Parts: sequence; structure tokens; C-alpha cells
Amino acid sequence: MSQVTYLEAIRQALWQEMERDERVFMLGQDIGTYGGAFRVTAGMLERFGSERIIDTPISESAMVGCAVGAAMMGLLPVVEMQFIDFISCAFNQIINFAAPSRYRWGQKVPLVIRGPAGGGVRGSAYHSQNPESYFQHTPGLKILAPGTVSDAFGLLKSAIRDPNPVLYFEHKFLYRRLKDDLPEGEALVPIGKARLAREGRDLSVITYGAMLHTALEAAGRLEADGIDLEVLDLRTLKPLDQDAILASVRKTSRALILTEEQTTGSVAGEVAARISEHAFAWLDGPVARLCCPDTPVPYSPTLEDAYLPNVDKLVAKVRELASF
Amino acid sequence: MPKMSKSWGPLHPQAQPETEKLAKTGLPRERQLELYRFMKLNRMTEDRLGNLYRQGKVVGGLYSSRGQEATSVGSAYALDPQDVIGPLIRNLGSMLVRGVKPREVMMQYMARSDSPTGGKDGNTHFGDLSRGIVAPISMLGAVIPVMAGVALAGRMLKKDLVALTYIGDGGTSTGDFHEGLNLAAVLNVPFVLIAEHNGWAYSTPTSRQMRIKNIATRAAAYGIPGETVDGNDVLAVYEATRRAVERARAGGGPTLIEAKTFRMKGHAEHDDAGYVPKEHFEEWKKKDPLDRFERYLLGHGLATEEELRGIVAEIDEELNREVDSALASPMPPPERAFEGVYEEGPERMTG
Repeated sequence: MSQVTYLEAIRQALWQEMERDERVFMLGQDIGTYGGAFRVTAGMLERFGSERIIDTPISESAMVGCAVGAAMMGLLPVVEMQFIDFISCAFNQIINFAAPSRYRWGQKVPLVIRGPAGGGVRGSAYHSQNPESYFQHTPGLKILAPGTVSDAFGLLKSAIRDPNPVLYFEHKFLYRRLKDDLPEGEALVPIGKARLAREGRDLSVITYGAMLHTALEAAGRLEADGIDLEVLDLRTLKPLDQDAILASVRKTSRALILTEEQTTGSVAGEVAARISEHAFAWLDGPVARLCCPDTPVPYSPTLEDAYLPNVDKLVAKVRELASF
Repeated sequence: MPKMSKSWGPLHPQAQPETEKLAKTGLPRERQLELYRFMKLNRMTEDRLGNLYRQGKVVGGLYSSRGQEATSVGSAYALDPQDVIGPLIRNLGSMLVRGVKPREVMMQYMARSDSPTGGKDGNTHFGDLSRGIVAPISMLGAVIPVMAGVALAGRMLKKDLVALTYIGDGGTSTGDFHEGLNLAAVLNVPFVLIAEHNGWAYSTPTSRQMRIKNIATRAAAYGIPGETVDGNDVLAVYEATRRAVERARAGGGPTLIEAKTFRMKGHAEHDDAGYVPKEHFEEWKKKDPLDRFERYLLGHGLATEEELRGIVAEIDEELNREVDSALASPMPPPERAFEGVYEEGPERMTG
């Protein structure tokens, strides 16, 4: 088995799906000759040709609209957002065309929109966002946010095979920092299933994406304090794996949700609500959230470090909750 | 003698049929009569919908295409069976040409259980790809890139199809009009966009949407052919669309066709269009697309009054049955509200 980066796992998943099924094709900006701003589609134009690796104008709404039309006709489009921040330019197509189509008139829209999300790379306000909560609210969508190499690979393959519109948020901080074995074979990861990343007794940290690694590092440090963290990696944000969330919280009786979103109206808020509704009697303390403040993502390292959750902040929050 | 609808009266006794000149066409007489039939079906179906609205049977708003029937019917009639259309709210005529039954639209408006969307959506907001129809959404312009995608898929799947959709004068002000038409042009996909220039976007006149007189002018910005046609001349609309469709099918890329027409009613049934100067209605009433086509057919000896009366009587009979059938459908069962959000997903959504 060879070690690959998180980014290479994404590239391999796309490549294998393109090889497996000729209905799969890609739309995006600079994905052809240039191979994508992050090189995710490097080599694909040469292998699959310009009819399947389509460079588009700077028109996110038209890219997604075009993908919706092609999906209705039976193709399996994958749209790359150069940075996921630009998905807001396609909001109407996603929210009003793709998502309600199955419900409104029975027409499935099997498409994937993927792109680099998340902060920590000094990308500032328009190259660092976590837009998941805008879409979490919309019936008809599925939302994925892998935090490991094998999930990046297996979830993307599942997304392409899913008959619904799927948003796949890859974390750009992990692109080349995270390396692991590339799973052999299909290695599909089911959509809608969380993964217990670390078993523990005392407190459940529920997280996803790059924050998964923050949680695991904090767990190591807290062992010395005698606090045994359980870490649940959601992987799929919509539909939420409510059973896995409740099972973990009912076991540990303490819940902390760690995400990289601004706090208000976040996915973390939805997870907290479900725990309060369905596991209240098991709780030994309030459901806690560690997210970002309600500000745009700042640029300067000192500011962004103050903005993002990190191991120190998490350890402090865990200690606070554990002593409740 | 078949029962006549109240909406049908004598055929313009004062008109001088021989003076009516429409565009030259190669369409044989039978097909011209079919065009007439679809236009009449369009108008008479909407008359029946108006009756249902006044009886309180329509659940939401009612949208009329009165005065614009030639644009819908003439353009859709230029397509082949494998082609795909993306109609808007005033393109009932296009949907009828594609094989939609009046009762389907009636049930949609009345939110009945057997409507194409099962009561989940209303009016012309339904589609059926087996008949080459993509359902519209209310956000104007959004269907343009979607239909560009349909055209792209058609090319990739070697289906030899052309995608056609519509936009109003107001809708040309959206970002998706630009993004979609530009993308279609750059990808050179088989795509036709019919811009229905009917003078008013709800209450806003065209002068508040653009400073140009002709929407077709915009085609130059995309490097594609643009053409302005008389949208109340069904033969002109048909011929222009047919040329665009043939060019698209031959690999010549998209075309923008501007059809100049007029919305003879308000934005929807509740709107009396008091903001439209009366003389505009009077002027455009003289250019009514059905009246003109009747005068043309009679004046050129393509049909007799008796033949046209026969077509109207047939439609009237058909609509009696369609209304009865639509009214017989119950309201949908409440539990349907929670079903069908996902394909192969959780069947029932409860939050």
C-alpha cells in the first residue's frame, strides 16, 4: 500500500469514477490544461478529453445550472468550485433548481459539487469559508465533509454514485498535510454514517473535517488529566447520523460540538438541538459548542489564529465541561 | 350540433381576410391547421382555467398567456420529438404542443392529487423528460444554464437533440441570462433561446430593464445569431425557430430569437394591469395572434369558416371532458407532504 495525500485520494477517486463510468464528467474553472488551482484534476484532460473535462467561463451559477440539466438527462456531472467560497454565486441553482426537483416533479438530479473549504491557510474572507450551514437547511441536498484520506476517497466515490445532489466539502488545510494509505478496491464509504474516531468514556467531541485532527490531538493531551475523550467524526453533515450522535452522548453524558463554522445558525447548533431533544435525560452538563466567532474569516495570522478553534481552546473547553 | 363554449363567438365579420399577410412558410395546409388548433387549445384552456379561478377552484394564482399564444406554439412546433423544452409560466402553448393534456394543467392549478406533481407544485411548474419537458422554477433566467446543460448532455449522449427555452424581457436582466447564454455559446451547444418581449415585467416596462430597443441585439455580445420576429405571427415564429433549430442540430450553436408580442392580461389574474395604457391594449388587440391567423387562413383559402368552427367545437368538447376529469381528482392525502425528497433515500421526512 502506498501513502497518498488527502488531495491525491480525491484525485484518485475522481479518476477511478471517470474510468468506471463514462457518464461521469467535470465542469470547472481551470480544471483542464491547468489541472485545477490545487491540481486535483491534473492529467485528466489528457486522459479523458475536453468533452469530459470542461473548462468553463467564470460563471458558477451557469456551471451548476449546466450540471443540473446534464444530470437530468442521465449524466453524472461533478462541478469543481475553485474555492468553495464561490458556491454562493451558484446558490439559486443549488437551492431552487437542484435540491427541490425530486420532490416537486419527481426528477432526480444526480450531481456532485466539490471544492476546497476551510481555514488555517491565511486565505482571508473569500478563500477560507465553511459554507455548510447555508445548505444544511435545504431539503434534497446531501452534504459531506471528509476528514481522513480513506473517507476523502470513499465518500467522493459514493457521492458520484448517489442519485441526489451532493455537496462535497474537502478541507484545503488537509490537502497536502494529511497522508495515509490509499484504500484498495472500491472502498466506498456510506453516506449518512458517522465514524467513531476514538473511543472514550468521559466526554463526546462531535466534529468533522480538519477539526477532527484537533480533537484527536486534544484527546492525547487530556489523557494526562485522566479525561478520556470520545471523538465522533460526522463525515456526513446531511443527513446527520443522529443514531451515532445519540449513542455516543448517552454513553459519555457530556457533549461538545467542535466545528469551523461561525457559531450562529451552524451545523453545530443543529447537532446540539438533536442532543437536547433526544438525550436530555442522559446529560450531566450543558451541550457545549466550540466554533468560530460570528465574524468574517480574518487574514492576518494572529487574527485567524484567534478566530479558529485549536487544541488549546478545545482542551480548556473540555476541562470546563468535564468539571460541570 | 356540439355544445359551444361561451368564449367562442362569430369570426370577425368586419375583418378583411385577404389583407392579412403572415410570414412565408413551407408548412402544408394540414400542419398550419394543426398550429391553429394548438393556439386555439391554448387560449380556450386558459379561458376554462379562468372559469375555474372565478369559481374559487384554483388554489394559487392564475397566469395567462393571452396574446402570446403564437410565440409558444410556433416555437415549440418547430421542434422534433427528441428535443427538449424548458417552458416558463406563459408557455402553456408549448407544453400542449409537447403533448401535455389540459387536465394536467387544470389539476396543477387546482392542486389535485392526480396532477403531474401530485399536488406538490402548481400551475405550469411540472415537467416530464419522457415528453422532453423540463419543469420551470420561479427564479427567472435559471432555466437558461440548465437547458444549456440539457443541450450539452444531448451532444455527449449523441441524442441529436436541440434544447429550447424562453425568457421574458424582464428576465434578460438576470445574471443567469448572461451566464447561461454565454456558456451555451462558448460550448457551442445546440440551444435556442426565445426572448418573449411582451413589454411588461409585471408592472415594469421594458425601458426600465434595458436601454436597447431589441433584445436580439444582445446576441452580438455572445457571438451568436440574433433575430427579431413578429411574435404574434405564428408562421414567423415557427420559421425563425425552425432555422435556429436546424442550425443548432447541424452544430452551428445557439441562437437568440426575440419575439415581439404583448401580454394582454395582468401579470396574474389578480392584477388588472392598470399601469398599462389602454391604447396599448387596443392597438395589440388588432394584432391578436389568433385573429390574424384566422384571417390569414380564410383569406388564403387554406380553411373555410366551417372548418375552423369544427376545430373550435372539437376543442370545446375535449375541454368539457378535461374539466370533468380534473374536477374528479381529489385533494392529495396529507401524508404525501413528507414524501419524495430524496431519490433512494429516507422515504419520509419528519425533520
